[in-house]
Amino acid sequence: MTELQNTRQEAQNPVQAHSGHITEKKPKATRDAYGETLLELGKRRPDIVALDADLSGSTKTAKFAREFPDRFFNMGVAEQDMIGTAAGLALTGKVPFASTFAVFETGRAWDQIRLAVCYSNTNVKLVATHGGITVGEDGASHQALEDIALMRALPNMMVIVPADASETASAISAVADHKGPVYVRLGRAKVPYVMPDDYTFTPGKAFVFHIGKDVTIIAAGIMVDIAQKAAEILAGEGIDAGVVNMSTIKPLDEETLLRVAETSGLIVTAEEHSVIGGLGGSVCEFLSENHPVTVRRIGVRDTFGCSGSPGDLLKRYGLTAGDIVETVKNSI
Amino acid sequence: MGVMTEGKITDINELKRIAKNVRINILHMLTLAGSGHTGGSLSAADVAVAIYFSRMKFNPGDPSWEERDRFVLSKGHAAPLIYAIMAEAGYFREDTIETLRKTGSPLQGHPCSALLPGIEISTGSLGQGLSVANGMALGLRLDGNPARVYCIMGDGEVQEGQVWEAAMTAAHYKIDNICAVVDNNGLQIDGPVEKVMGIEPLHDKWAAFGWHVMDIDGHNMQEILDALGEAETVKGRPSIIIANTTKGKGVSFFENKVEYHGVAPTREEFDRAVKEIHND
Repeated sequence: MTELQNTRQEAQNPVQAHSGHITEKKPKATRDAYGETLLELGKRRPDIVALDADLSGSTKTAKFAREFPDRFFNMGVAEQDMIGTAAGLALTGKVPFASTFAVFETGRAWDQIRLAVCYSNTNVKLVATHGGITVGEDGASHQALEDIALMRALPNMMVIVPADASETASAISAVADHKGPVYVRLGRAKVPYVMPDDYTFTPGKAFVFHIGKDVTIIAAGIMVDIAQKAAEILAGEGIDAGVVNMSTIKPLDEETLLRVAETSGLIVTAEEHSVIGGLGGSVCEFLSENHPVTVRRIGVRDTFGCSGSPGDLLKRYGLTAGDIVETVKNSI
Repeated sequence: MGVMTEGKITDINELKRIAKNVRINILHMLTLAGSGHTGGSLSAADVAVAIYFSRMKFNPGDPSWEERDRFVLSKGHAAPLIYAIMAEAGYFREDTIETLRKTGSPLQGHPCSALLPGIEISTGSLGQGLSVANGMALGLRLDGNPARVYCIMGDGEVQEGQVWEAAMTAAHYKIDNICAVVDNNGLQIDGPVEKVMGIEPLHDKWAAFGWHVMDIDGHNMQEILDALGEAETVKGRPSIIIANTTKGKGVSFFENKVEYHGVAPTREEFDRAVKEIHND
């Protein structure tokens, strides 16, 4: 049994106990899981509608569009109008899922999200794909590194960053049942399965794989897998490193954070986002007021991305397991 | 006033009387608030009164009644206008208007749907209302609900790019249960619209975007009623009324004065204004 499996077997969640077992499956992009889940939800729930801004093939809302053409609205390259239209649909009792790339969804239409979605508290689900630098070759214009900060600053908004395809499926179902604005950030690239088979996403609940005596890595999105790899390497060097999947970034699971901070003297956050205003920012804000401990943030350090393969870019911007390991060792 | 489901007002003199009352209440609340948007509230008053009291189905006792027609004040700074209409319709006690812009009031400086039932969507950042109106119209159509959606925009507001995104959407999806209005009063905060950022030819622009366009005198109640009626007969495409109006309409010393875009009347101005409106 590897250290990684050991770590997973210790997995405990305040809500439910897990076997920790993960069936071996090929890596899958979270956007693919979204497309499939939206289609399934559409079959069960006639109130679900979808909108896209000319990227339905990439965001995978095209699956829903083919099955339910009357409940799908392609808005063309017009994100602001898409958000307003989604708010209007929500006001007639529909549950609109509005999707495009994270940069355009949260940046181009931020004022619309602020006024027509958050301030008006309309039941709009913003599910954006192509978050982070693993967008890859398209480069900085298409790599959202500020989206979590932009969405998190808005009152009434829930912010979710699933770690793998199975958590995405579970989160999308939960989001459809949740009343109120939600932002879900998904990725372009295929990611390994990291969550146990019997895990169910609960809004606002972090998943604790293990709380480390020496350090705990609080991660979200693709960084959960990378954090686990880092924890495995650290274990080999005698450092007890925990991993928490903080998939709901807002509202933050404060109870779990406190529990982690009380056990681990050091916390490292890991996200595929700017270190400003995202997961790392959230954790620092909460802990500095409630239980100050040393926090180190792994993330993109106040710069734009660039073109390259996802793997190369993770190295270039310091988002690898090796970077986490180094940060931990330099901080203990 | 009770449930407005039947017996909608078609008597022009009665609508004019309501419009006078609405204008006085607009000035009353603005004077007490000491700030707010006078000119654009007065310019759109006749059209908005006609929409609410001659065409719309609504129920002040049940603001979220599913069969209601929907109204979106995209030019959210004309909030006093919608508040005066809602007071007239019985959504709240008339003295509530005296709380306009005061801390804790449901009558925010710009309409807030979360605080005031009967406001469909919060507005204030210009250019957003038509998109929301389209979404409501599409949702109603999906449900087979015959309710209609009205949306009033400002003329300066159509400088916002989102308005034209929404214009494309309404035509593309053949949304014919919507009737938009441009309150074409010719002035915006920084001066005459044509000087700040020209929007003409406005009629041709909307027509080119696939809309049925009606140009009217936005203070002629008969023309307003005719246009609203015509809009209901247009099928397969959206309708828009370009209501040519006078900013500050009804009070001679406010009319066509750009400085009254965002300034409230003084007590003295209010008294003179009310006399003028009564004598009109």
